[in-house]
Amino acid sequence: MNNISLNLYKKLYLIRRAEEKIRGIYPHDQIKSPTHLAIGEEAIAVGVCHALRKTDQVFGTYRNHGIYLAKTDDPYPFFAELLGKKTGLSEGKAGSMHIMAPEKGFMVTSAIVAGTIPIALGAAFANQYQKNNKLATVFFGDGAVDEGVFWESVNFACLKKLPIIFVCEDNSYAIHSHIKERHGYESIAGVISQFDCLVYQSETTDAEEIFNLTKKAIKNSLKLHKPVFMHLKYYRYLQHVGINQDFNFGYRPEKEFKKWLKLDPINLQRKKIIKRLKNEADIIKIEKKIDKRINESIKLAQQDKYPETKALCTHVFYE
Amino acid sequence: MNKLITYRQAINEAMRAGMEKKPEVFVFGLDVADHVKIFGSTAGLVEKFGSRRCFGTPLSEEAMTGLALGAAINGLHPIHIHIRADFLLLAMNQIVNMISSLHYLTSGKLKVPLTIRALIGRGWGQGAQHSKTAQSLLAHIPGLKIIMPTTPADAKGLLTRAIGDRSPVICLEHRWLYDIQGYVPDDNDFSIPIGEPNILRKGKDVTIVAVQWMNIEAMKAAEILKSRHGIEAEIVDPRTIKPLNYSKIFKSVMKTGHCLIVDYDWFYCGFSAELAAQISSACFGKLKSPIERLAFAETPCPTTRPLEDVFYPNAVDIIRSVEEKFNLSKSNLSKESFYNYENKFKGPF
Repeated sequence: MNNISLNLYKKLYLIRRAEEKIRGIYPHDQIKSPTHLAIGEEAIAVGVCHALRKTDQVFGTYRNHGIYLAKTDDPYPFFAELLGKKTGLSEGKAGSMHIMAPEKGFMVTSAIVAGTIPIALGAAFANQYQKNNKLATVFFGDGAVDEGVFWESVNFACLKKLPIIFVCEDNSYAIHSHIKERHGYESIAGVISQFDCLVYQSETTDAEEIFNLTKKAIKNSLKLHKPVFMHLKYYRYLQHVGINQDFNFGYRPEKEFKKWLKLDPINLQRKKIIKRLKNEADIIKIEKKIDKRINESIKLAQQDKYPETKALCTHVFYE
Repeated sequence: MNKLITYRQAINEAMRAGMEKKPEVFVFGLDVADHVKIFGSTAGLVEKFGSRRCFGTPLSEEAMTGLALGAAINGLHPIHIHIRADFLLLAMNQIVNMISSLHYLTSGKLKVPLTIRALIGRGWGQGAQHSKTAQSLLAHIPGLKIIMPTTPADAKGLLTRAIGDRSPVICLEHRWLYDIQGYVPDDNDFSIPIGEPNILRKGKDVTIVAVQWMNIEAMKAAEILKSRHGIEAEIVDPRTIKPLNYSKIFKSVMKTGHCLIVDYDWFYCGFSAELAAQISSACFGKLKSPIERLAFAETPCPTTRPLEDVFYPNAVDIIRSVEEKFNLSKSNLSKESFYNYENKFKGPF
């Protein structure tokens, strides 16, 4: 049994179960904040982040739970942050849309579409300036491609040959607007390939394939000193924001979802491992351990204190 | 040791010294390394420090501002320059949504040591989109420091402090001040704390709080008020829009009992309104007349000279305002010579 396959599965399972737990807590009004779940997107988060080196830096969007857990594997301060507790990553000042753990290389996420793309660009610039060999990786959706700053950033990265990986997680919808209603061109990757960078694309839900593709991208990027653009497709199972399905509103057909569900990234990896291990009991044991870790993290976070009100005015400026 | 230098040289010295002291400081922005050198303020930097640390950029204001932020959180200290404050408005998403709040949103884990310099244009037809100050807009946002130095010494001292600061600082520089000369300490460690006003002229009768260029107008007005009416105006230059220690301003108003605020921005919801509110609250019982405000006309800045002349308040408006405050008859100013930018500045930019 190859360790990578199992490690990928552990992360996939952690993210899926953590978000299912959030779906359970959310109606009890403990997370009083807009929450954008990553269910369906896990193969990209896990495949890319697992291929990165520990020192590499990650930037993302409000849909950041998956990439956070994939990069840090640390659910407790994450749940504490979602619940607005003092023990959270940012003492509750950030919440779901701004999950950040810079001490672990999970640098900046933002509620503004495309907002962190140029920040990752600056991090890549600093890494090149300091010759520290780190890569900056920035995740964003197909909606971010509609923003001017995305093109400004790709242009500058290519101009200066910056060590950066742009990961476009394309789920075909910017909130409720389909890509065909927004783009005056056929293919994002097609346009980007006109720039001086390395372009990779895939429609797989197999985390291992994305892992291997990212490994290859990193190797070539470091060798050729070129930025990377990855165009990866996935399907968002739930509504844009919130914990429910939204097929009844008619902006996207449920049959689309059913097609993708057959290729669900967690089931896919699980089946592969069982086939190789020929022993489901071992997997169940691992899953139970992860469930226990999530449950304990949530319980602990629920018992934690809220920040004291004097925290309101700290850290406006550096003191 | 003090030496007589221009405002542009003072800005240049602060940046050069910052780059010499700290290898993490770099200077960038549209055309910072061309032959114009941001009106001389970036002169010699690319020649001395090379294109790694001083370089021009594409016209991508938002991406370049995000780049400054990403570089700052990764250990560098960027100085991003806009040749007009109007161009900085293209980067408001990064400034207002990202730069201002990242230190707060990470509960202090990320530090944002970055400096943005932007020039304020005026005259020779700069018009609606080459003349903005943006100071009231920017000062409204928690997490940003805004400095507006008036004298060459303030320019060097405050910018040096900004380059040493670990919070984002925006330095707004009036184009007409670039040729002003003043004595400036030669010492490259000379700095002025951000947030401390400066008394430019002592007086006992009325306090004039003037912002940047308006100090030049106020100084001229004060001379005339003294010679015509024997009124001694005290002129206080805040130098910093935010954060601001008001105690010197309050002390002056408590002493004179009269206050005129002359802002270099629009009137409505502007810095002058903030000053007036703070002063009236702190000095309520000591005020002998209502606080008066002068600021831009409530219009976009027009291009043609006769309209532009009435868009901006000037020394004459200050004199008339003080005369009215003290119920004095209007003195004849026809023989006075006031600042005329054509003496120094004939365009084109």
